[in-house]
Amino acid sequence: MNTHNSVSRLELVNITKQYPGCLANDNISITLMPGEIHALLGENGAGKSTLVKSIYGVVSPDKGDIIWDGREVSIKSPSIARDLGIGMVFQHFSLFETLTVCQNIELCLSKTQLVNIGDLASRITQLSEEYGLNVNPSRYVHSLSIGERQRVEIMRCLVQSVKLLILDEPTSVLTPQEVAGLFVVLRTLSNEGCSILFISHKLHEVTEICDKATILRGGKVVDTCVPNEETPASIAKMMVGDLAEQDAGYAKKEGTESVLCVSSLSLEPKQPFGTALKDITFDLKSGEILGIAGVAGNGQDELMAIISGEDERNIKSTLSLSKQDIGHLHAGERRKLGMAYVPEERLGRGAVPEMSLSENTLLTHSEGFIRNGLVDWQSIKDYTTTMIAKYKVKCHGEFSEAKSLSGGNLQKFIMGREIGQNPKVLICAHPTWGVDVGAALAIHQALLELRDQGAAILLISEDIDELFLLADRMSAICDGHLSPVVKTESTNIDQIGQWMAGTFIDNKSVSISNTTPAQKANS
Amino acid sequence: MIRIQARTEPSSLMKVASPLLAITLTLIFGCILFSAIGKSPTQALHVLLIAPLADSYNIGEMFVKMGPLLLCAVGLSLCYRANMWNIGAEGQLLAGALGGSAVALYFIDSESSFALPMTLLAGIISGMLWAAMPTFLKLKYNSNLILTTIMFNYIALYLLIWAVHGPLRDPEGFGFPESALFSDNTLLPVLFESSRIHLGIVFALISGVIGWFILSKTHLGFQIRVFGADEPAARYAGFSGKKLSWLVMLFAGALAGLAGVSETTGPIGQLVPNVSPGYGYSAIIVAYLGRLHPLGAILAAVFMAVLYMGGDLAQIEMGIPVAVVSMFQGVLLFFLLACDFFINNRLAFTNQATN
Repeated sequence: MNTHNSVSRLELVNITKQYPGCLANDNISITLMPGEIHALLGENGAGKSTLVKSIYGVVSPDKGDIIWDGREVSIKSPSIARDLGIGMVFQHFSLFETLTVCQNIELCLSKTQLVNIGDLASRITQLSEEYGLNVNPSRYVHSLSIGERQRVEIMRCLVQSVKLLILDEPTSVLTPQEVAGLFVVLRTLSNEGCSILFISHKLHEVTEICDKATILRGGKVVDTCVPNEETPASIAKMMVGDLAEQDAGYAKKEGTESVLCVSSLSLEPKQPFGTALKDITFDLKSGEILGIAGVAGNGQDELMAIISGEDERNIKSTLSLSKQDIGHLHAGERRKLGMAYVPEERLGRGAVPEMSLSENTLLTHSEGFIRNGLVDWQSIKDYTTTMIAKYKVKCHGEFSEAKSLSGGNLQKFIMGREIGQNPKVLICAHPTWGVDVGAALAIHQALLELRDQGAAILLISEDIDELFLLADRMSAICDGHLSPVVKTESTNIDQIGQWMAGTFIDNKSVSISNTTPAQKANS
Repeated sequence: MIRIQARTEPSSLMKVASPLLAITLTLIFGCILFSAIGKSPTQALHVLLIAPLADSYNIGEMFVKMGPLLLCAVGLSLCYRANMWNIGAEGQLLAGALGGSAVALYFIDSESSFALPMTLLAGIISGMLWAAMPTFLKLKYNSNLILTTIMFNYIALYLLIWAVHGPLRDPEGFGFPESALFSDNTLLPVLFESSRIHLGIVFALISGVIGWFILSKTHLGFQIRVFGADEPAARYAGFSGKKLSWLVMLFAGALAGLAGVSETTGPIGQLVPNVSPGYGYSAIIVAYLGRLHPLGAILAAVFMAVLYMGGDLAQIEMGIPVAVVSMFQGVLLFFLLACDFFINNRLAFTNQATN
């Protein structure tokens, strides 16, 4: 890293952005040297996205200056940003699936850039070898895995000889092995003088790769640090203030009797691009947390929908709850038998955006609140108020609309609502996705408490660290196949990571088509 | 510079003010229009809006028109709350009129005290049947409810016209396309002497209260609201979308059918080709003007009924074409939807361009 005697690559001076009802950025100043890998940390809503969008010209700040290579610039649009040499990889990719890699990259280049490059395909191949990106320019994007697509996005920036690369939560969609590969690429770029601004929630990644970190809270810079001199715990403390408790080292437990049994469940996808479930068998015991790891789109949604009953197809005799067949029951009836469910989407599925928290309590928790078909609104309001207090949901009151809550607070509310029904079985999808550290801790503890009360919890998550932290037994899902289930103590990240990539499938089944699981998962 | 800015939360003031603002804008538009065709705007507005409430006869007629509007609008409010875009209240009303009239004619010489209840029941069932067919097509074949309900409106209309020209025509009616006059035994009782206000308005007001009760007090109403506001959440909670769709559609069909049979057994007293001056369509506007709230629909139905009355009076007294009523309704809906935009958005005034 070469930070001495050189002009800073990017300097932000007192950037301020006011949104209606929220000061997203409050006098933020950051300096980035050439070749520096700089982490931008903060809880949800701390203002990270707004800040990088200001740099990339998507958002125009109300106040403040942006100084690029020593001179002041005004970045009014992403194309100006790209001309300066700023590239950004968004959390949600912006690629056309029906076009090839080469065509996708061509789309975002200006005419002069195209003339300068000459043969784009060979340039891509050349860069691909140089950085070990392994991107084939003639492949169609729909046949690429998530990791490969991300590399196409990075390639798109490289082709434009990028000097600053902004990555918004780049590792949240990758397997551990793919993350390692990404870091190699980032280090190569950094050594060549490209600055990198890295937004992440995963603190151990930040300590591993970043040279410097800026921590935002409530739109302000609260701290800066050198991550490899810190521990994830100490950084977490800076992010949430002094409130963060230690969130590690929970005791593992062994389940007692089987509550939810899934046997030889095979199911064609309902949607044309869904994943078929293939011969899935497992049982979930009371008093344990069973974790299922996997990269998004490998059949998790389909599995949860069929277990919860949202997928209304009748699969009698492959699904049983406390030895009773439930395959033919609809979601409401399964809930009555003691099943609860925390879905991945909070707003729009787990909660109705325009309804109050009380009404959202009634959404799934109706027992005791309905008499002769009439709703006892007063009891619901009282109950909701106590629940808000118990789970420390930040809101104005039980009358607050669900959409007015932040993601983490809404998740705490939904967890509280589902746990409050004393479920025998809780299915929980990505419980802390996009949730800040403080809320994640509260959610973890709520889950463990429920387990200790004897409930069976099925935890589906893309966050492998979370699974190791919470799960008593673990498994992975890839292309609709479920790996063997093992005790968490007797496995490691490496093995689960390989299972996430589908290495267990070959021994288990022979009927795999010639596409790799990862490719299919993303079609 | 004026910019449009999303509000952080919906304005509760605008939710109430929007219909009033829309009515005001519609009246301003009316003034401009009347001036343009050389009529005095003040006189026109007086005839349209004040005269209908000026004497007891007119007020009575206003209630007569309000009945079917309100019955249809309450049913539609529930449908729209559940995201079921039923545009078929007109057809369901006509089906109710046709079915009810057939039974009323069957009882034409009967003294049975069951005659009127049976007639009303036939109207209700016919309306439900007319709502059931598009519902079935939607749920089974995923057909577009808006299109099928509109088509069913025309089918009902031509079926009714065929009936009054054929099987239900009065044999002693000199070939006019009308049924025989119903016997007193199958006519709805008149509430006040010397007016035409009949039992239909009571049905309508009761339906408004029932609709309100269902939506705000029952678990069923809650499920309807969730289903309409957020279908994935309803599925997640385990509410049966099919059941709710059937319920709201049959409820709306029953009310519209009751509106139809109440017209033929009420003020009209026989089956004629023009049973409805488009009540089923106007009820859509009533439902929206009432904020899809059954009690709000009562106020909106009063306004719409006044407008119907005023249209008739304006034609008689000022020679203004009766089409002005339809135009007023259309403009009103237009302004209402435009004003509703400001529930979730607002205008922001800035001194200079910021970009």
